[in-house]
Order: sequence, then C-alpha cells, then structure tokens
Amino acid sequence: MNSMTTREAQAVEDALTRFRDEQGALLPLLHAVQDTLGYIPKEATPTIASAFNLSRAEVHGVITYYHHFRQTEPAQHKLALCQAEACQARGCRSLTEKAEALLGCNLGEHTADNRWELEPVYCLGLCASGPAMELDGKLYARITPERLESLIRKKELS
Amino acid sequence: MSVKIYVPRDSAALAVGADEVAEAIVQQAASRGQSIELVRNGSRGLLWLEPMVEVTVGGERVAYGPVTPESVASLFDAGFLAGKPHALALGPTEALPYLKNQERLTFARVGITDPLSLEDYQAHEGFAGLRAALALTPADIVQQVLDSGLRGRGGAGFPAGIKWKTVMQASADQKYIVVNADEGDSGTFADRMVMEGDPYMLIEGMAIAGLAVGATHGYVYIRSEYPDAVSVMEEAVRRATAAGFLGKNVLGSGKAFDITIRKAAGAYVCGEETALLESLEGKRGIVRAKPPLPALVGLFGKPTVINNVLTLAAVPFILCRGPKAYADYGMGRSRGTLPFQLAGNLRHGGLVEKAFGVTARQLIEDFGGGTESGRPVRAVQIGGPLGAYLPDALLDTPMDYEALAAKGGVLGHGGIVVFDDTVDMAEQARYAMEFCAIESCGKCTPCRIGSTRGMEVIERMKATPAEAVPQGKLLRDLCSTMLNGSLCAMGGMTPYPVLSALDHFPEDFNLAAETHKAA
Ligand SMILES: Cc1cc2nc3c(=O)[nH]c(=O)nc-3n(C[C@H](O)[C@H](O)[C@H](O)COP(=O)(O)O)c2cc1C
Ligand code: SF4
Ligand code: FES
Repeated sequence: MNSMTTREAQAVEDALTRFRDEQGALLPLLHAVQDTLGYIPKEATPTIASAFNLSRAEVHGVITYYHHFRQTEPAQHKLALCQAEACQARGCRSLTEKAEALLGCNLGEHTADNRWELEPVYCLGLCASGPAMELDGKLYARITPERLESLIRKKELS
Repeated sequence: MSVKIYVPRDSAALAVGADEVAEAIVQQAASRGQSIELVRNGSRGLLWLEPMVEVTVGGERVAYGPVTPESVASLFDAGFLAGKPHALALGPTEALPYLKNQERLTFARVGITDPLSLEDYQAHEGFAGLRAALALTPADIVQQVLDSGLRGRGGAGFPAGIKWKTVMQASADQKYIVVNADEGDSGTFADRMVMEGDPYMLIEGMAIAGLAVGATHGYVYIRSEYPDAVSVMEEAVRRATAAGFLGKNVLGSGKAFDITIRKAAGAYVCGEETALLESLEGKRGIVRAKPPLPALVGLFGKPTVINNVLTLAAVPFILCRGPKAYADYGMGRSRGTLPFQLAGNLRHGGLVEKAFGVTARQLIEDFGGGTESGRPVRAVQIGGPLGAYLPDALLDTPMDYEALAAKGGVLGHGGIVVFDDTVDMAEQARYAMEFCAIESCGKCTPCRIGSTRGMEVIERMKATPAEAVPQGKLLRDLCSTMLNGSLCAMGGMTPYPVLSALDHFPEDFNLAAETHKAA
C-alpha cells in the first residue's frame, strides 16, 4: 500500500489529536480531514481504524456510505446544482442542461482537465428562491442562465 | 446620532448578495460621513424581498427590498436613512401584510434581533422559559409540554410530552437530548432559519428538555449543506456557555447541561431518527429496527429525547407564557402554530407561521401571491419528498395532521412546494422513485430495489403508451409492496408522491382517467 504524503499524514494526525478521545467522533474526524485536504486519502483508512479501534472495513464503509465524503482530489472548481423538487418547480432542470453545456461535462462528472466538477445536491434550504446552487463553497439563489454563465466565466478567468 | 441599519445574515439573504449589500452600505455611509450602526439580523422570511434592508426611523423599522449593491447609492441619495420614499421602499416592516397576518410564536424574534446577541435575546423574553423551568420539578415541566399539545414537528407528529415522559421515567446514569437538524426535505428551511436567526431559542429548548428528563448532554445534528447554521450554532453555544446559560452550573442552579454541534455528511435517510443516532455514534446511517424505542435505548444505548428543531424551539414559549397560551392556537389535535415554508413556483415564497387550520389555498394565494410564472397552479407537494402531490381541488383542506391525512396527504415538516401547469407529473413520480433509490439505506429490499424498478416502470409508461395500463397496475403493486414491506418511511412513503401523481394526474402517465380507475 502506498503511504500518505507528509501533508496528508499531518492532516490526519491533527484531526486524530482533536477527535480520538471524543465518543463516536468518526464523522467530525473525517470532516476535519476533508476540510483540510479536500478529500480523505484512501491510505488514511488503516491509521483511522486503529485509532478508533475499528476494522478497516468499518471505516471504509462509513467513508463510502456518506455522499459528502470523497477519497479523490476535487476538481479546481466545484459547482453543485440543486436538483430537488422546489428547485425543479423553478427551472433547475433546464439550468442543469445549461451548466452541462457550458462546462462540457454531465451532472455527477468532472471535466477531462479536472478544472470543473458538476455535482447534484438535494436541497440547500433556499427553496423559495431557487434555482439554488453552491459554487466553490458559496451559496447562490435565483440563478438565471445568464447569471450562471457569468459566474462560470469569472471563475475561468481567476 | 448613528442610524441603525439591518442587513440579514440568513443564508437566503447571503445567497442573493446580502454581504455585498452590507459592504456597499458601509462604504456609502463612510464616504458621505454618515454614522451608522450595522446589525446583521436573521431574515424576516419575506424571501422574495431579500436582501431586505431595514432602517430604524423614530423607533420604528422601515423596510427596503430587494436591495442590490448597485441600488445602495440611490437609497442614500433618496434619504433612506430617514425612511424617505424610493422605488424599493416597502414602508414600516411590521405593517407589511405578509408579516401582520401571521401568528408568530416560534418566529417571534427571528429577523428582529441580532441572532448572536445574548442581550438582544434576553430583551425579547429570551431565557425566561428556562428560568421558569428551573423553578419547576421535572414532572411539572413535562406536564406543561403535555398540556400545550405540542406534537413533533419533524414529520410524524408524535406528542412531545409523551416522549419526554418516557425518557424522564427511564433510569440511567446518562441520558441525552438530540436535535434533529437534518432538514433534508426539499421545500423546507424553517430549521435553518431558526438556527441562523435565533440560535439561543433552540439552545434554551434543549436545556429545558435536559432539565425535564434529567439529561446533561445534548447534540445538534445539522446537515452539511447548512454551513452557516453550523457556524452560528457553534458560536451561540460558545457564548451561552461562557455566560453561564450552559455548562456545569446552568444559571447557578447546580444543574449541568452541555451541547455539542455535529455536522452530518449528506445522507437524507440520516434524518430518520435511528439512522441519525447511528451516524452520531460514528457509524453508517442505517435505520435501526424499533423497538427498542430511542427514548429507552437511544444514543450510545442510553435513554434519549430526539426532537426536531421546531419542536424544541416551541418549548421556551410554552414554559414562559404557559401551555394554554400555546394550545389556544390550532385546531383539533394539532395545537399551536406551524412555521409553514412556501416554496417552489410562487411569487412570494417565504416563512409563514400560522395556527394549524389555515388552508393550503390561503397560504398559496393570500401569502404566496400565486405562481411566479403567472400560470395556473397544477400540483402542490406538501410535506417534502415523501409527501403527496395535491391537485387544485384539494387545496382547501385545512393544514392539520388529521385533516390532511384524511385526504391522503401528509403535513410533514410544513413545506409547501408549488408547481404550475407546465409540470410533468409522471416525471415528478419518477423523480420520487429515483430519490428513494439514491437515498435508501439499503436495509430492506422493497425500498432498495423497488425504487429502481419503479423508475423503470414509469419510464416505460411514458415511452410506450400501449403499455401504460399493465405497467400502471405493476406500479401500484410495487407501491403497495413498498408501503407494506419497508422498515421506515423512506421506502414506506415514497409511494405517496407516486400514487398521488398517478391518482390525480393519470393523463401524464398516458392513462385515461377511466382506465386508471379500472386498473
Ligand atoms: C427518511 C426520513 C427522513 C427524515 N428526516 C427528518 C429530518 O430531516 N428532520 C426531522 O426532524 N425529522 C426527520 N424524520 C423524522 C424522524 O425520524 C423523527 O420522527 C423526528 O426526528 C422526531 O422528532 P419530532 O417528534 O420532534 O418530530 C425523517 C424520517 C424519515 C423516515
Ligand atoms: S425503508 Fe429504505 S431507508 Fe428505510 S430502513 Fe428500509 S431500506 Fe432503509
Ligand atoms: S429544493 Fe433547491 S434549495 Fe431546496
């Protein structure tokens, strides 16, 4: 098995120091690692498992069960478009097609150059002002196709 | 003297540029030599007007909205600091019919105060419920909650007082209060608005619950899609602890109560209470079989009160004003008020707290102002992704747990999602099955496999009209298997949106109204 990079190992160690003694704190630990690195390195599984007295399979099971956790590096920019009912009623289906065309990748995928990933999200709690989305961690509501395009262009230039 | 200006910090305001507006206001004020005091309040809930800026003029708050950063200079030019007219002027906030016609008990403070100010909170009855509870025995607190008629706001409507009583009577070395802040239902955002707009109310409700049942520790499980709610709650817990409202010695009573904020990780089913407990324990969020009830064997195997945010947020009012003041609102067995969330294709979407008994039509027309598209309403989904779609003919049903159930609907968490006549109801039904397939915890076959089969069947009905009748029958069989063979409401209630779409809108499934009745 490959070993973690120094940066990865440090992130895991820091998170373990914070959470290893807290009851049931596997999720906060995984969040802390992912918040630092953007993903949870596969190679961290054995370290986390032994610190929490769990089997590797248990830790792997938890990481893969939750939609939020990921084991691969994220693309440079992440666009999450709400696909849930209230946004459907406000036009998220056609907005999604527009985003797919602009970025050149399908919902749930990333672009070949890994500059962009386009993810579905099921409700951001902005249901009165949809379509709603999250772009690189910032929330946006009442998104028109024009607004979407200009926000993407702005990121492209940055 | 400096003028007080309010710019909301609620996510729904931030997502349409509230921070940029606040920044522009500060800049304009500075360049004009105007002294202002900027308060970042919660949202008043008139979400189509966000960012809605308020200015205090002669002791009264006057509103402007929706404000853009570009319009700020013209607001200053027009004299909005003195409440002068402007194209965006809305008049005195309290006089806006949308607000004036509500019955805000839980949302009384939201949008009015600075969410993190303990002074503001206490100046508006904050912690009065906790102080009252500290003078009562646990049994008396539970009795007040029972007398208020408060039922769980997370969906099932189970009486809160009965749950609390069970936990109170259980003997254990440790008990827990768990707040279900997973709010996964599309069309709902009231939990989020409470956490971002009045976090101490939830903290107070939790502390009262702790006193009532003898729990010294509470957890708030907040969905990861709500980063602002997480950070406001974390800061509120820190401040409340530092000020002695939480900690080893709550308000000098000798009683302890601490709160931990936990972030979820994007699994809808973790809103189901037992899956939530598994997740809090650091496991996969798989639903547990009941019994045992969480009230007896809950978090880490200990007796646990698990309640929705709105359930616990209603408690401080009940303890402060008395159970009767709360129970005086409502109809039948649905006592008190419900913060309804108007969403989807509406001109005036937002938060409307009303006593139970208001009709969907009143909410949609009188408050919501009809569809934003200007087209007729065709279908309304009430109660989230597991709730039924109602046609126009059923919109006069009073919003009450029993009355809605009698019409095949569910009230759930009070979310109301409106669709106009461009909606394809077969597609909505297909989506309901797809959502179930994506979010199923995988424990039961009807839910895990049935949902995928359901999607395929609906796709076939749409693609091949000649197949619609036999496939429609198959869909009904499938739904009845899911209804009867699922451990929790994920698989057990996904048939609600599907069957209601099929019953009320058969033409969208290539079925004639008569054929479908015969089928
Ligand atoms: C699939 C599923 C998702 C649920 N999601 C939530 C949720 O997000 N928030 C919530 O309060 N209750 C949710 N519930 C209901 C909870 O299981 C439970 O009834 C509730 O937390 C009890 O609190 P209450 O009595 O205060 O409503 C969900 C139930 C199911 C079956
Ligand atoms: S109905 Fe679905 S979500 Fe609920 S326990 Fe069964 S498989 Fe899990
Ligand atoms: S449905 Fe899109 S934000 Fe709620």
